[in-house]
Amino acid sequence: MSRINTRFTELGKTGRKALIPYVTAGDPDPQLTVPLLHALVEAGANILEIGVPFSDPMAEGPVIQRAMERALAQKVTLSQVLTMVRTFRQKDMTTPIVLMGYLNPIEVMGYPEFATAASQAGVDGVLIVDMPPEEATALLSETHKYQLDMIFLVSPTTTDHRIQRIAAACGGFVYYVSLKGITGAANLDTELVQRRVRHIKSMVSLPVGVGFGIADAASAQAVSQVADAVVVGSALVKQIEANQHDAVAMTQAVTRLIKGMRTAMDTPMAASRVAGV
Amino acid sequence: MTAIKSQLSHPYHYPDEFGHFGPYGGRFVAETLMAPIDELTTAYAQCITDPAFIAEFDDELRNYVGRPSPLYYAKRWSERLGGAKIYLKREDLNHTGAHKINNTVGQALLARRMGKKRVIAETGAGQHGVATATVAARYGMECVVYMGEEDIHRQAMNVFRMKLLGATVVPVTAGSKTLKDALNEAMRDWVTNVDSTFYIIGTVAGPHPYPAMVRDFQAIIGREARDQVLAQEGRLPDALVACVGGGSNAIGLFYPFIEDTSVQLYGVEAAGLGIATGQHAATLCAGKSGVLHGNRTYLIEDQDGQIIPTHSISAGLDYPGVGPEHAWLKDTGRANYVAISDDEALAAFHDLTRTEGIIPALESSHALAYATKLAPTMRKNQLLVVNLSGRGDKDIHTVAEREGITL
Repeated sequence: MSRINTRFTELGKTGRKALIPYVTAGDPDPQLTVPLLHALVEAGANILEIGVPFSDPMAEGPVIQRAMERALAQKVTLSQVLTMVRTFRQKDMTTPIVLMGYLNPIEVMGYPEFATAASQAGVDGVLIVDMPPEEATALLSETHKYQLDMIFLVSPTTTDHRIQRIAAACGGFVYYVSLKGITGAANLDTELVQRRVRHIKSMVSLPVGVGFGIADAASAQAVSQVADAVVVGSALVKQIEANQHDAVAMTQAVTRLIKGMRTAMDTPMAASRVAGV
Repeated sequence: MTAIKSQLSHPYHYPDEFGHFGPYGGRFVAETLMAPIDELTTAYAQCITDPAFIAEFDDELRNYVGRPSPLYYAKRWSERLGGAKIYLKREDLNHTGAHKINNTVGQALLARRMGKKRVIAETGAGQHGVATATVAARYGMECVVYMGEEDIHRQAMNVFRMKLLGATVVPVTAGSKTLKDALNEAMRDWVTNVDSTFYIIGTVAGPHPYPAMVRDFQAIIGREARDQVLAQEGRLPDALVACVGGGSNAIGLFYPFIEDTSVQLYGVEAAGLGIATGQHAATLCAGKSGVLHGNRTYLIEDQDGQIIPTHSISAGLDYPGVGPEHAWLKDTGRANYVAISDDEALAAFHDLTRTEGIIPALESSHALAYATKLAPTMRKNQLLVVNLSGRGDKDIHTVAEREGITL
């Protein structure tokens, strides 16, 4: 059983939902990434999503694009990201780690080399934005050997037929992209998302996580009513960007955001004072 | 020739149903784009077999674009080079001054059939942006063109042309601020506005079905050239030469000749300041396989898989990828890919202008420069067809500036 499955099972026992913060590896400084990951766990994160910087991140909005540019300005490579994961694992053997990125750095490293190195470093899941299951056969055969979960996206435009196909290839959890568009867009209709997630859950047995457009405690709480996991990306990266020259203030800002989301997600909706989200 | 026979299927029927040319091509896009790409694939498959659509496309090419374009025997230039008889396929004489309009007419007609009222495009030199803005005006569609900030400075005249045509030109300031970044931004627009918007990609790259679809719309170049050379010379040419950035004019010329294995195919990339300097855009000559912009192809990338900024005097060739079909034609040996430097292209620009009274685009000047090397190695009774993919009016500021002349 992978660390991701274990984590969802544990959470399920207490009726809690997974909170998954996203950070770009090496942003704003490669030295700060591992301490930041530990701080996120401390603040209430259950799974960590780590972005592998890429020069042409086509599905990202400006916030995450800038984060990737900051990391690339310091020449952060896929190998270095794996080293960061290995360092994180020295202190934390239980929090699942998902790498998020684009295919080309993995193509260049080589599929077998990547799968071996990622598994040895302590990575649990891999989400490649520009690789639908149709193109993933060769990589899946490598990741299966090392019990790495390949996580695929489902979008508002995905047909039922494709949802089934995606679920068949997917491990860990299904990642529902709650918006048509890029990361960091800000027009989330949580009621629509809830309806759609219920529909997806009626078709797949894996947990369903929701990302794109979850910016605050209220939207995290609303989405967690139906989803098994809530991913927060651009809202968190914005805090990192705003405090990029002050590591202490940065840690405080991300901790505040994650703690706020954690508390809201653990608070029953009816008792919440947040209404009308 | 054995290598070709063992790898290329006969008859040539690439890509497969998933858009693969051997290991290249495919669909490497975010999930949100899979549904619109499926919709596009279905709509396109219906249109290319629909006689009414084909008749409409042909009519637009004839009466709006001004086809067929001449296949012109460049007698003085051929004699001066002292080798093969050189014919120029005059795509520069098309409406808007380049081959790009063949494809934008086709895609805009398709968009109209699909009920899309908004078209978007990326552009490097501005030729594809102008060709898209032109058809958007012609068919009454909203048009947004993404263009790198760097290219906007290099091609101010084309920016103004697009605005005159009613398009919104959006400067792209991310990354290297050139064509690849404009493509990223257009993809982001498309993923956000998938319901209303048709993305008119300007070259034979991107996710399936774009490489095949753009090729099919551009193949009019090669079909005409084949008929024309047969009519004028009674036989097939010995070699074809075309410049390759993304590679749409080259595929358009090559495709109808692919099974004519006696015809040598030469794709000419931009060597910029020289391949050894790293300041170039010679993807097939100096790059390696990778995945970018929805397809697997050759890329100019570093050892970590990051895309490296390219350089060429010609904005239209300044792209770190190349169409996946070219990657496959290279690997199978069916086509040869060579590179021409900025200086060599400029020399050919002046040479053709003075000898034939035709000012070529700097992109096309790369093909012409290779022809000046190839023609003298050929016999006088051999035939060489060069694709003159665009006219050079848009480049006169670049040429003047480079030569220290203030206009």
